[in-house]
Amino acid sequence: MDHKLVRYPLPDCSIHFEESQKEGKEKRGKWKPVIGLEIHAQIKTDSKLFSRSGTSFSTPVNCQVSFFDAALPGTLPVLNRSCVEAGVRTALALKSNINKVSKFDRKHYFYADLPQGYQITQQRMPLAVGGKVDYAIVDESTQKEIGQGTARITQIQLEQDSGKSLHDEEEKRSLIDLNRAGIGLMEIVTEPDFSNGLEAHSFVSELRLILRSLGTCSGKMKEGALRVDANISVHQEGEPLGTRTEVKNIGNIKAIKAAVDYEIQRQIAILEEGGTIENETRSYDGLTGTTLPMRDKELKMDYRFMPEPNLPPVRLYDSETISKVADPSSVIDIDKFRSSIPPLPKQVKENLQKEYKISLFQANMLFGIVGLYDLFHDILEQPNKSLYRVLNFLLHDLHGAYKTRNISFEDGPMTLEHAAELIDMIEEKVTNHALAKKILVEYIDGNERISPRIIAEKKNLTMINDIEILTEACKKSMDKNPAMVKTYSKGKVGAIKALIGDAMEFTDNRASRIVITEIMESLLPQVEKKKRKEKKLKD
Amino acid sequence: MAAEDSDWLTNFDLSATSAQNFMKPGYRKQELNVIYQAIAKLKDGSISMKELYEKCITRAKKVEELNAFVTVNYQNTEHKERIATKRSANQVSGRQREWRKLEGIPLAIKDNFCTKGLRTTCASHMLHNYVPPYNATMVQKLEDEGGVVLGKTNMDEFAMGCGSVDSVHGPVRNPWKYPFEQALNMEKNNTDPFEQALNMEKNNTDPQRSTETGRRADHTSTHHIKDWHIAGGSSGGSAVAVATGTCLGALGSDTGGSTRNPAAYCGVVGLKSTYGLLSRHGLIPLVNSLDVPGILTKTVDDATILLNILAGHDVNDSTTVADEFLPFTLPDEVSVKGLNIGIPKEYHAPGMSSDVLAAWRRAADMFEEAGARVSEVSLPHTQYSISCYSVICATEVASNMARFDGVEFGHRAGVDVSTEQLYAATRHEGFNDVVRGRILAGNFFLLKKNYDDFFLKAQKVRRLISEDFRRVFNSGIDVLLTPTTLTDAPQYSWFSQADGRTRTQEQDVFTQPINMAGIPAVTVPSSLSSSGLPIGLQFIGQHFQEQKLLTVAKWFEQETDFQHLNLDFLDQDNDADNDLYMSPKI
Repeated sequence: MDHKLVRYPLPDCSIHFEESQKEGKEKRGKWKPVIGLEIHAQIKTDSKLFSRSGTSFSTPVNCQVSFFDAALPGTLPVLNRSCVEAGVRTALALKSNINKVSKFDRKHYFYADLPQGYQITQQRMPLAVGGKVDYAIVDESTQKEIGQGTARITQIQLEQDSGKSLHDEEEKRSLIDLNRAGIGLMEIVTEPDFSNGLEAHSFVSELRLILRSLGTCSGKMKEGALRVDANISVHQEGEPLGTRTEVKNIGNIKAIKAAVDYEIQRQIAILEEGGTIENETRSYDGLTGTTLPMRDKELKMDYRFMPEPNLPPVRLYDSETISKVADPSSVIDIDKFRSSIPPLPKQVKENLQKEYKISLFQANMLFGIVGLYDLFHDILEQPNKSLYRVLNFLLHDLHGAYKTRNISFEDGPMTLEHAAELIDMIEEKVTNHALAKKILVEYIDGNERISPRIIAEKKNLTMINDIEILTEACKKSMDKNPAMVKTYSKGKVGAIKALIGDAMEFTDNRASRIVITEIMESLLPQVEKKKRKEKKLKD
Repeated sequence: MAAEDSDWLTNFDLSATSAQNFMKPGYRKQELNVIYQAIAKLKDGSISMKELYEKCITRAKKVEELNAFVTVNYQNTEHKERIATKRSANQVSGRQREWRKLEGIPLAIKDNFCTKGLRTTCASHMLHNYVPPYNATMVQKLEDEGGVVLGKTNMDEFAMGCGSVDSVHGPVRNPWKYPFEQALNMEKNNTDPFEQALNMEKNNTDPQRSTETGRRADHTSTHHIKDWHIAGGSSGGSAVAVATGTCLGALGSDTGGSTRNPAAYCGVVGLKSTYGLLSRHGLIPLVNSLDVPGILTKTVDDATILLNILAGHDVNDSTTVADEFLPFTLPDEVSVKGLNIGIPKEYHAPGMSSDVLAAWRRAADMFEEAGARVSEVSLPHTQYSISCYSVICATEVASNMARFDGVEFGHRAGVDVSTEQLYAATRHEGFNDVVRGRILAGNFFLLKKNYDDFFLKAQKVRRLISEDFRRVFNSGIDVLLTPTTLTDAPQYSWFSQADGRTRTQEQDVFTQPINMAGIPAVTVPSSLSSSGLPIGLQFIGQHFQEQKLLTVAKWFEQETDFQHLNLDFLDQDNDADNDLYMSPKI
C-alpha cells in the first residue's frame, strides 16, 4: 500500500519483451508505460496475525473478533508464528532475501474499520527484500504462451488486514464487520517491471499459483484473499518517468489486464491532449471498465509511521545460528523451510508438457483450478493409469460436474481413492464413459461417499458383457424392425445404425457399441454383407 | 576490598530461613509489614477476613473526601469476602489444603488497569462508561492468589500528570497534614458522606456535562477544605489508599515516576520494577516503551510479597522476559558492608529543598557509617531526559490514543453528520486539554518531515541516558541513591497555578531517567520535612536485580524507622454510622 517503497529504475535499465514492445509501439506510438504492482495476499492460517481469533471467510458478522481485534484498551499484539512461517516460505519461493531481523511499524490513519487507528505493518525493516518471479505471458483468447517475463520483487512485508465497512445509504450509517480485521497479510511489492496489462495479469496468475502450491494463500480473489494495487505511469522513450497513479484494490484476476490497459490509455489520451497526470489514487469499476479517482487523495496523507513498541523484533535463524539458541523449538530456522519448498508451478507445468505431451492449455487448467493438480498427480501415482483417461475424467467429467454444482476441487466430495476406482472401472470395461458420468452424479449428489463400484452395482450402471444377453437384445431389435432388416439386405447398410440403436436401448445403454455392432453384423444375412463390402470397394 | 565484597555477598545471599525469621515475634519492624501481619493473623484466626475487610471499608469511608477511589467494588468485594471466608473455614477444617498467598487481602487498583466487569475510566470522560470484559494480567494474578479488589483509584487522566489533579473525577488529596477533624465536624450534619460522594462522582461523569474547553469542573467548591497538599501522581489514588490504611497494597503504573512520586509524597514504598518483568497486558498504555506496573505498599517486605506474585513472563505481553522469575524473600539481618553506593552528582538539581538535601545526605552518611562505600558518580545525559521524554511520550500517546474514536467502546459524541465529524467531536469531548495537547504534539513529531529531527533524535538521546547507567553499574556501583522528588508534597493551590506539562518537567526530574533506562527503582520514606510531610529517597538498581535493590532498601527502611501516617483516631470517633459498620451484624 505504501507507494514510497516502489523504487523506479533509471530509464535505461528496462527489462521488457521484444514482442510486447512491438505491440506497444504499434498501438501507442512513442508512449512507454511503466507498471509496478503491490499484491496483498491473505495468509492462510487458522488464526490472525496478532490474535487467536479465526480467519474463515464465511463466519457470521463480528463472530471472529478478539479483544485485541476490536482494539480494546490495554490489549497487546502477540505475533502468530504460523504467519511468519508462511512469509518465510513465500519469500524463499520468490527467491527473496530474508532479513534475519525484521521489525513492525504502526501506520496511522483514521477509518471506521481500522479499530486501532493504525495498521501494524513492516515499513522500515520488512521480512524480506529482493527476489524475482519468472512467468509465462499467456494470450487469454488462444491460451498460448506468447513470451516469457521476469518481475523483480522489491520486498515482502507482514501486516494486518482491516475490517469491512458496509455503508447503508438509506439509514445514513456505516456498519462495521471486524471479522477480517487483523488477518495476516503478505504485501508483495514488485519493481516497475511490467509494460502492459497482459504482463501484469500473467504475473499475478503465476504468483497466485505459487502461493497456492505453497499453501500460504488461498488465492481466492472473490473472497478478497488476493488484492492487487497497480502503480501506472507513461512516459516518452528516453525521457524521465511520468507521474504515476495508483489503481487500488483490483479484486478479480481478469480485471487486472483491463484496469491496467484502461489506465494506460487514459493517461496517454490526457498527455496527447497536452494535459498533465495527477498523482492520485483511483479505483477500477468492473461494470464500466474504467478507473475513477477515489475521494481521499493519497497526496495529502502522512501516515506518521513509528516503530510498534509492543512487539520485539522478529529474529530468524539459519542452520548455523540456530545452534546458539537456547531453545531451538521456540524460533524459526529458515534453512529448515528451504528444503520443503515444492517445485514452482512454472517448472512443474513445463515438466508436465514435456513428460505427458499435454498442451499448455491442459497444463494451465490443471494448475488453474485449485486442488485439481494435486488430484491429478496423486491419481497418476496409482498403478495402471492411462494419462488420457485421467485427464479426460478430471478435466471434463469431474470438473464439469463440480462446476455445475459450484463446488471447488478443494472442497469437492470425491476422494482420491474413489476417483481412481472410477477411472479403473472404465479401463476394466466394468462400466463405460456414459455410465461413469451417471455414477459420478449418484456419487456427488448422494449423502454418503459410497464406492463407485457399489453404486454401479446398486443402480445397475455396470456394463453387460454376457454375449447371450446381448445377442438376445440384437434379436429383439431385429424382430422389432423387420423393415430395417429388409432394407439392409437390399444393400442399404446404413440401416444397421437404427438396429444397433434399438439393441443398445434394450440393454439400457449398458452394452459396448462395438460388441453390439459385431453381434448384429453376424446375425444379419451374410450375403448382404458381401454386397456391402463390394460397395465399399467401389467407393 | 575483596574481603568487603565477599562480606556483602555472603550477607546478601540469604537462604530460605528468612521467611521464618520474619515471623519471629517481637521483630522490630514486623508490625509495619501490614500484608505479612494480615496474612499471619488471618491464618491463626486472630482476625477474620470479614473483620479485615470491614476495617478497610470503614477507613475508606472515613477518608472518602481525599478522593482516592473513583469506583468502589464493595458489593462485589463482599461477595468475594464471603467466598474467601468459606475457603478459610475449609482450610481450618482441613477440607482445603491450599492457602493462597493473598487470601482475603484487600487491595486497590489504579483505574488504568482493566478489571473485568468493573468500570475502568482512566480518569477520563472518554471511558466514563467503559466496563472491560477482561482482567489485566496484574489484576488476574492478584485475584488468583486470593487478593480482594476494593476499588479503582483516582489518577491523572490517562496517567498524564504528576499531581493526580487532572482527573475527570476531581483531584486527589494528600492525607498528610490534612485537617480530618475539621472535615469530620462539618460532615456530621450530612447524612452519609460516602453516598454523597458517590452521587457527586456520578455527576462528574455525566456525559451531558459541558466539555467545551476540555477542562473539568472545579471540584474544590464541593468540599469545605480550601487547600491541601497534592498526593503526587499519576498514581495518587493508590498511594493515598495505602497511606491511609484503606487497603494493604495497591497497583499503580510508572512511566516517568508515576508510582514513585506519589509514594514519596504520601510516605509509602513505591516500586518500579525492571521493564519487562511485569506484564502490561490490560494496563491502558501511556508510553508502551516506558510503562511499568507499579507496586505501592507500606513497607519494602510487603512490596516484595506483591512483586513475587506479579513478576514473570506473560504470553499476552511479548515485551515480558521469557526467563523464569524466581521468587525471593529479603533477609532480616542485612549488612551493607562493602556495598558500593553511587551518588549521581547531576541529581543536585536546582529547586531541591533543604529538607530533601538533608535527608539525602543523612542517608549517604548512614550507609558510609555502616561500612558501605559511598562515591560520587556522573550521569551526564540525565539533564536531557525531560525533553527526550516530552517527544517520546507525545508520539506514543498520539498513536495509543488513536483507538479512542467512539466506534467500538467508550464515549461517543451525538454527532451523526459524518464519520470524521463523529471522531472529532468524540475526541474533543472525551479528552482533556493535557491529553489533546500531547496528541497534537505527538502527531507533529511523527510527521515525515519531523521524524528524524524529533523522534529519532529522542531515541538516540534515550540510548545515551541508558548508557550512562550501564557505565556506572559496570564501574562497580551496586545501587544508586537519589532523592525521589525535589521537595515534599506541594500545596494544591500552588501546584495548580501551572499547567501539567510544566509541573511534570519539574516533578519527574529524578524519576524519569530510570524509565528511559528500563532499570528498577524503589522509593522508601526516609523522614519528615520541617512541615511534617514525608520525604522519600530513591534506590536505583541494575536490570533484573530487584532482590539486591530491595535488600538495600529494606536495610535503609530498618535504619530510618520512619513513622507511618496513623489515622486510627478516625475510627475512635463515636460516629453513629461508624458503630454500625463495626457491628458484627452487618
